[in-house]
Amino acid sequence: MNSPLSSNPQQFPGSMRFLHWLMAALVLTMLCIGVAMVASLYDYHQLVSIHRPLGILILLLVVIRYINRRLHQLPPFPPDFPSAERFLATASEILLYNLLFLMPLIGWGMLSAARYPIVMFGSFHLFPILPHNVMLYAFLRKTHTILAYVLFFAFAAHFSAVLFHTWVLRDRLFDRMAPWRARVR
Amino acid sequence: MVNDVGGASRDQQVADPSVGTLLIRPGGVGVIVLAAVGAFLYLGGWFSPHKLTPARFTDAFEQTFGVHSGFRRNHAKGVCLTGFFESNGKGTRLSKAEIFQPGRYPVIGRFSIGGGDPYGADSPDAVRAIGLQFFQPDGEKWRTAMISLPIFPFKDPQGFYDNMVASLPDPNTHKPDPEKMKAFLANHPETIRAFGIIKSHPLPSGFDNSTFYSINAFRFVDGNEASTPVRWTLVPVQPFVAADTAAPPTDRNYLFDGLIASIHQHPLQWRLVLIIGQPGDSTSDPSSPWPDTREQVEAGTLTVDTIESEENSPARDINFDPMVLPSGIAPSDDPFLSARSAVYSQSFTRRAGETKEPSAITPSEVQK
Repeated sequence: MNSPLSSNPQQFPGSMRFLHWLMAALVLTMLCIGVAMVASLYDYHQLVSIHRPLGILILLLVVIRYINRRLHQLPPFPPDFPSAERFLATASEILLYNLLFLMPLIGWGMLSAARYPIVMFGSFHLFPILPHNVMLYAFLRKTHTILAYVLFFAFAAHFSAVLFHTWVLRDRLFDRMAPWRARVR
Repeated sequence: MVNDVGGASRDQQVADPSVGTLLIRPGGVGVIVLAAVGAFLYLGGWFSPHKLTPARFTDAFEQTFGVHSGFRRNHAKGVCLTGFFESNGKGTRLSKAEIFQPGRYPVIGRFSIGGGDPYGADSPDAVRAIGLQFFQPDGEKWRTAMISLPIFPFKDPQGFYDNMVASLPDPNTHKPDPEKMKAFLANHPETIRAFGIIKSHPLPSGFDNSTFYSINAFRFVDGNEASTPVRWTLVPVQPFVAADTAAPPTDRNYLFDGLIASIHQHPLQWRLVLIIGQPGDSTSDPSSPWPDTREQVEAGTLTVDTIESEENSPARDINFDPMVLPSGIAPSDDPFLSARSAVYSQSFTRRAGETKEPSAITPSEVQK
């Protein structure tokens, strides 16, 4: 039996894995709500009412997650990991972090520029972060959609890479981020 | 294919790739990822070309009226207002919203006529509308978009859309096909009934003596979280004058010019009347009238004291989305509410990014 403090040096620390899986679930939910709500007449209001506070929750979580990441020692790449793949993994991580931070911020900004109330729940609203400017709103609104698709396809690429490593290469790369504690090899 | 069970055999699998490793597993990865992408695009309506979406609803307005850069896709012709709402406190019985506490609250808004042509001619039977935003001191806002029809002619958004499509000009004759409208009305008795009610109300001569109706029912929520179905109206203090339908004014902007002239003489006022629904009164169908005997609560008076052209008012850039509600006013089960919010948002997004063309009611016209 491992003591609670002992950890696998090849695995991300527990707090990072927890935030990873929590945000994975929230962000996927968010992308699905977002793409469905803009195509929906009858559920539009209900979905937007979830989309707004969930987006702000994701913004808070990504800030916490980034700080937490800086506070921890990361496990090294597996020794046999090719340098091209290291580059791709690092680049996609930077892309994903940027999108997770930008998407809610753009959402908040575009509602501000349109002077929509930024309702969280009940009578609790957020303050606007941009001046009332509908041209700015239109630009941010379009950017929000484009980046949502970029985020979804970045997720799809990340997901297929992990599936490929797990099922085809069977190199147990998944263990690094597994929600459970992986045994030391 | 043989070594598919247990962790111990995995290392062996890597060393000795079988057909399973080379084909089936990569294929499995591909299938799963494609299914995920497909599900996402399906949710976004990519494979449902006939689904009535906010974009297709807005397209129907554009097909009917054309695309006019920078203007609302419906109620395109308008002029902006400012004023205030004086609440007498009687609404607190029904709603905890701060706007019903006794006091005076600033209001910004916009008068408009129905239709997507920003330069269309005013006429006695033009549907008049008022969009309003009430500011509460606590920072919450209440937006409403009301029209002068005493009852809405459509029972659901699909009916509204189908009516628009049935009214589109035939590409050959450039006129609406009367057969299509006949077929629509045959399936929509509520539309015939609503037009009967509308015709029984004499047309008012201008904006200033028009009554405006909330269209939909809402739920008013009081301090004990008790909820009451409510429709509301703005009843003009200005005396009713019937429109001259036999020889209407020929000036294209006569309704707006009349409004501007009257507001330069004195502020215009409307009483906000809350109509309390009873069990059995439909809250989901805006074409279903409530009996005239329903209890009415006069909650206060709206005063409109200044008028501005769209170019000079922030109200041009406000989406009078009827789902912007303070706590104390909640949506009912009317499917129009979400649909209006979705289509208004689509119209707002389209016009927001376009060059703003000058309004028919120019700044100099407002000075007259």
